[in-house]
Amino acid sequence: MTPVATPFFFYLLSGLAIAGGLLVITRRNAVHSALALIVTLLAVAGLYLMLYAPFVAGVQIIVYAGGIMVLFLFVIMLVSLERTIKERQFNRMWPVGLFAACALLALFMSVFAKGRALFPDRVPPPPEASNTQQIGVMLYGNYMFAFEIASLLLLVAILGAVIMAKKRI
Amino acid sequence: MVPITTIHYLVVAAALFVLGVIGVLTRRNVVIVLMSIELILNAVNLNLVAFSRMWGGLQGQVFSIFIVVDAAAEAAVGLGILIAFFRNKETINVDEIDLLKW
Amino acid sequence: MLDSFMSYLGSSVTPGEANNQLWALIYVLIIFAGVSVAVMAMNWLERKALAHFQVRLGPMRVGPHGLLQPIADAVKLLIKEDIIPAESDKFVFWIAPIIGLLAAFTVYTVVPFGPSQAVSDMNIGILFMLGVSSLAVLGVVMAGWASNSHYPLIGALRSSAQMVSYEVAMGLAVVSAILMTSLHGAGLYGVSKLSDGTGTLSMIGIVQAQQEQQVWFLFKFFPLGLIAFVIFAIAMIAETNRAPFDLPEAESELTAGFHTEYSGLRWSLFMLAEYAAMIAVSAIAVTLWLGGWLRPFPTWLSGPAWDFIFALFPGLTFVGLAAIAFLGTVRMPKHSYFRVQTIGLAAFGAVLALIGVLLLGIVIGAKVSDHDILNRTTEGLSNVFWFVFKVAVFMYLYIWYRATWPRYRFDQLMKVGWKVMLPISLGVLIVTAIVGVLL
Repeated sequence: MTPVATPFFFYLLSGLAIAGGLLVITRRNAVHSALALIVTLLAVAGLYLMLYAPFVAGVQIIVYAGGIMVLFLFVIMLVSLERTIKERQFNRMWPVGLFAACALLALFMSVFAKGRALFPDRVPPPPEASNTQQIGVMLYGNYMFAFEIASLLLLVAILGAVIMAKKRI
Repeated sequence: MVPITTIHYLVVAAALFVLGVIGVLTRRNVVIVLMSIELILNAVNLNLVAFSRMWGGLQGQVFSIFIVVDAAAEAAVGLGILIAFFRNKETINVDEIDLLKW
Repeated sequence: MLDSFMSYLGSSVTPGEANNQLWALIYVLIIFAGVSVAVMAMNWLERKALAHFQVRLGPMRVGPHGLLQPIADAVKLLIKEDIIPAESDKFVFWIAPIIGLLAAFTVYTVVPFGPSQAVSDMNIGILFMLGVSSLAVLGVVMAGWASNSHYPLIGALRSSAQMVSYEVAMGLAVVSAILMTSLHGAGLYGVSKLSDGTGTLSMIGIVQAQQEQQVWFLFKFFPLGLIAFVIFAIAMIAETNRAPFDLPEAESELTAGFHTEYSGLRWSLFMLAEYAAMIAVSAIAVTLWLGGWLRPFPTWLSGPAWDFIFALFPGLTFVGLAAIAFLGTVRMPKHSYFRVQTIGLAAFGAVLALIGVLLLGIVIGAKVSDHDILNRTTEGLSNVFWFVFKVAVFMYLYIWYRATWPRYRFDQLMKVGWKVMLPISLGVLIVTAIVGVLL
């Protein structure tokens, strides 16, 4: 599989991702935010495909768009309150937060501008098609311990979520 | 058109990251704060995958899978806490969650 | 243009791999039209079959034996008033059926109708299919929420819980089938080596693995493959919200579940998405466990003579359908009131017979003249026929289940999903891995 690495698709997908991100933090209604977040996630999955990382793109679609976002929508429906939509949406500290975030962006940009020369213009040729197999071998080889810890983390998360959300255990 | 290089992806990731930070710092709705955290994690993932492409290795992709696992765990626990809290206090605004005990 | 058109016919890779946009577009259009026609046919077949299960006649008035009923229904739905509830969230209400439909149809880009009869062959094929079909739940949830009404909301909550729960068991069953692609060796128990990274996630690769190992994964490591298949077959009914797991749209409890507030065209989009998703998950099951496009008994009944006989099947099927239509024509009432319907049914039978004869002609022509393009066409027809035939069996099973089993209660459904299906599928996965290493 050879993803089409054209600038057009890059700008389209990153535009979608950033527009979705903007909508996430500006919508009053949490469901609309969730929809915008889904757009962002799918656009980022497209960017992964352009970076020759099909397995990560597939995981992104299954876990994020199909799993986590459904969980979010489920919870939004459970805790939906009519009045939260009419209330103030931003907390009292929002100018400070916005300023801090903009400072962070400025920092990033200055680092990128200064370190521009450090990034190679030529990227290595696309890897072989067996991306999934190589990731599998790495996960069960070099990163075996981290993989097991991740499964333990998931177990703890399941237990924690059940204990938190269940009325009577 | 200029060819797309690693720095382009880094700029997109930085923009997503900053959007997520703004969401976390300014919104009151807990659900949207959690979604902004997902945005931040996605920006980090994009960075990792872009760097893994730049160096031609797969470590970045492996780490991004670990981050997806982390995000799933975080979303599950966060939303669990949110439901427990909503059941007790009938609110989902962060700045009203300010009591140590009740 | 004609050159590129003709040159592709001799190629043995998918249009996506050959980077042939024209043929990719042609395939997309063919699949889109084919799925839409299949959904209409399924609509008719479901009503007729359900009726006969219950010893009724079903639709009989619109066209002979109600054959034109789906078209009449489609026209009715198109010209019906399109109602959007006043208190609903307009945008989400509008986009929900479209998301469901997009998710259902995007999946078909990787469905392998044959080694070169697919739009594209991704190396993450099965992952892509599971991922995109899991997006369908978003359409359901959004529809339920946007309607701003109680029944749809409860339907949406049920459906999201149900689909997320059964996806886990489904995914584990799929993993155990993928594991089998890396366990080489011929026959039911043959495992000759377990080398690094020789398995595959590509849909075409999975079928080719079954071809190489000379066994459908349904029978591999008997009964492990069979158990995984049964788990998948149950989970896929829950995934597509069909009886007996149609809790999200249980009419006795929730009027119509998540699409209570929908009417006209939007409602028909939901129906189209549901049937398209049913065909898509059946295609996954066929690809993973039933050998995809491979004909039955490729090793037992081998040789050119058997190949020729099996290649005749597509044509013979159409001829058989035509025979049924002609039988119906003969048995039509001989009253002048039924004359138009009788002629219509005869014409329908004649069209079917014509297609059958054409297909038989291609196969026999290929046998006689041994022309390259005719040979390839025969092979392609045979592949597509066996794939579609196996999917059609699943479609019939869906109707059968619906006619046979009563609906589950929701807590029973969850219990079955988490406490029965999940442990069994995990166990099958682990045992498959152990068997694969030990043998």
